[in-house]
Amino acid sequence: MIETEKLLLSGNEAVARAALDCGVGLGTGYPGTPSTEILENFSLLGGKAQWAPNEKVALEVGIGAAFAGARVLVTMKHVGLNVAADPLFTVAYTGVSGALVIVSADDPGMASSQNEQDNRHYGRAAGVVVLEPSDSQQAYDLLREGLEISHRWQVPVILRMTTRVCHSKTIVTPGKKNLPTEVPHFKRDVAGRVMIPAYARPAHRKLRAKLAEIEKWNESCALNEVSEKDKTLGIICSGISYMHVREAAPEASILKLTITYPLPLEKIRKFVDSVQRCIVIEEGDPFLAQCIRAAGMEVEDKDPIYRFGELNVARVKRILAGDNTPEAAPPKGKPPQLCVGCPHRNVFETLRKHECIVAGDIGCYTLGVLPPFEAMDSCVCMGASIGVGLGLRHVLPDEQAKKVVSVIGDSTFVHSGITGMVEMMYNQPKTGHVLMILDNSTTAMTGLQEHPGTGRTLNHQPTHQLDYEKLANAIGIERVFVVDPFKNMADLEKILVESLECEDPTLIITRRPCLLAAKKIKQYEEKANQA
Amino acid sequence: MKENKVTNVVFAGLGGQGVLKASDIMSEAAFATGHDVKKSEIHGMSQRGGSVSSDVRFGEEVFSPMVPSGKADYLIVLSPDQVENNRAMLKPNGVLITPDSIDISQLPNKRSINVALLGVLSSYLEIDEKTWKDAIHGNLSEKLHEINDQAFALGRQARQG
Repeated sequence: MIETEKLLLSGNEAVARAALDCGVGLGTGYPGTPSTEILENFSLLGGKAQWAPNEKVALEVGIGAAFAGARVLVTMKHVGLNVAADPLFTVAYTGVSGALVIVSADDPGMASSQNEQDNRHYGRAAGVVVLEPSDSQQAYDLLREGLEISHRWQVPVILRMTTRVCHSKTIVTPGKKNLPTEVPHFKRDVAGRVMIPAYARPAHRKLRAKLAEIEKWNESCALNEVSEKDKTLGIICSGISYMHVREAAPEASILKLTITYPLPLEKIRKFVDSVQRCIVIEEGDPFLAQCIRAAGMEVEDKDPIYRFGELNVARVKRILAGDNTPEAAPPKGKPPQLCVGCPHRNVFETLRKHECIVAGDIGCYTLGVLPPFEAMDSCVCMGASIGVGLGLRHVLPDEQAKKVVSVIGDSTFVHSGITGMVEMMYNQPKTGHVLMILDNSTTAMTGLQEHPGTGRTLNHQPTHQLDYEKLANAIGIERVFVVDPFKNMADLEKILVESLECEDPTLIITRRPCLLAAKKIKQYEEKANQA
Repeated sequence: MKENKVTNVVFAGLGGQGVLKASDIMSEAAFATGHDVKKSEIHGMSQRGGSVSSDVRFGEEVFSPMVPSGKADYLIVLSPDQVENNRAMLKPNGVLITPDSIDISQLPNKRSINVALLGVLSSYLEIDEKTWKDAIHGNLSEKLHEINDQAFALGRQARQG
């Protein structure tokens, strides 16, 4: 019987399975640790899943599908929601017809990210419902719940996961496949969908009215669980912190908050009043603590030192004991490095040799910052290499400006480097500029995902392939070079030196497939040729 | 309060050595035995040859997916240079399993070191040999079954040797 089937799944696999069971008609997103496996698994299970060039496009595609009445899942890592923030804030006003759940996979502790932002703030800032699962079963259940909330109130919903929930395997009993089938159909709703000021003003009021209703509903929602035990200590928590709390303080009374925006403040007040000492234990920013205090309740908060990094059982015990003495640094492991034989190695060796000032970007090649290369001078966000490089060129004295190179990977270039390349031609520094696309024909760092430049879809089927050289030509770059950095390192060096000297904007594409991807790419190509 | 006995196992090594594969096999074997199981790991940069570790916890009811420092009953380290930075995970009198725990010259393929060390671990745990085999086969392609069966047997017998 399907109801009693038990599976050992990661949080990401659980979301994928739930998407299948709930009849999600479209899954879209951009790869990003720790969210990547959701869409990959949804595709493997038979769902319609696709990678978008970036998170903004993914969310916009999702919005369109949800306007048409489909159930939609959009996935990204926490920083991806920054890219998608523009549509997020306004889809809160327009609402949706089908259902729209956006997974934001946060990375407290930065296992594989450039910051540890806490995306619960987006819920409050944009007026979007936020759900926080604490294990794979809840990740499964909350995707369904999120789709139902989204459909019932016609609002987008954020399913806010964290690295430990995404990548931990726990036991899941899948639910019944009981959501009714949605048949997409276009229904005109100009005032509801076209956000000119005249329609956006009432739409904002409508959103706040919906949120007030949801808040009221959340007060009695069983997902926010109270466990009454010892009344001398009450703990308010959410997400993975709940699991650490259960283990660290088995005797305590607990209020586990699952829908963390909008908060059930009366339920919280009742809990706070029912215990002698009440403390909020949450990973990341003091989001719950500040909301609860702002509502006039007296609760204890964790010491600010616990805002940094992940929580665990030992840290929860320290928080409860009020211990803010310095924590022992975790033992240093071996840092990651560019693989032996990685085509990027020769690029960074060449950049280092010529003492370039390197505006870098996000991907495997960010490891070019580490010894033995130490050939990277900045890394801010996806696509920033080009803008930052141009900014440096605009203001540095000529002899330094002429050393500035922007280095970006293929997937990152497609994600958000194209507008930077337009800027490079539109506001040319007087020393020109050198842009390098390190094209290893895959999204390597997140685990070898396809993107528009590989010419294959998420499930490795052939599709139109973006041509960077033609794109550069169309933008107006005349100096475009393609070189295999592994086979022709001497050519690479010669082109680089000439380009640094010359004052014309230059694009150098270093093209060689990632070592880890090469064999797979060959297989995909052979399969495509047979078809 | 009834005691909730949880067994804590930590796997460590370098990216590409099969640390995560070993913890997948361990967690599936414990799951098939009927335990509550949680398995934790950090992906991402680990593919690039850096330190990797993964926690498996099983018993009647498991809460946190992470093994607290100093509470591991078993620490399995696939790369000798990763022992020191992980040693603090082990509880006093906990069992440390490393490539030195087996006669590595008998290993048919060095890449099966992860499964060989699971064999050593299996000799301490009350999980059927067949359950282990099923978990190993379920996680590896068929052409690797025989070589890993040999590796597992080598590890499982190591303590008697």
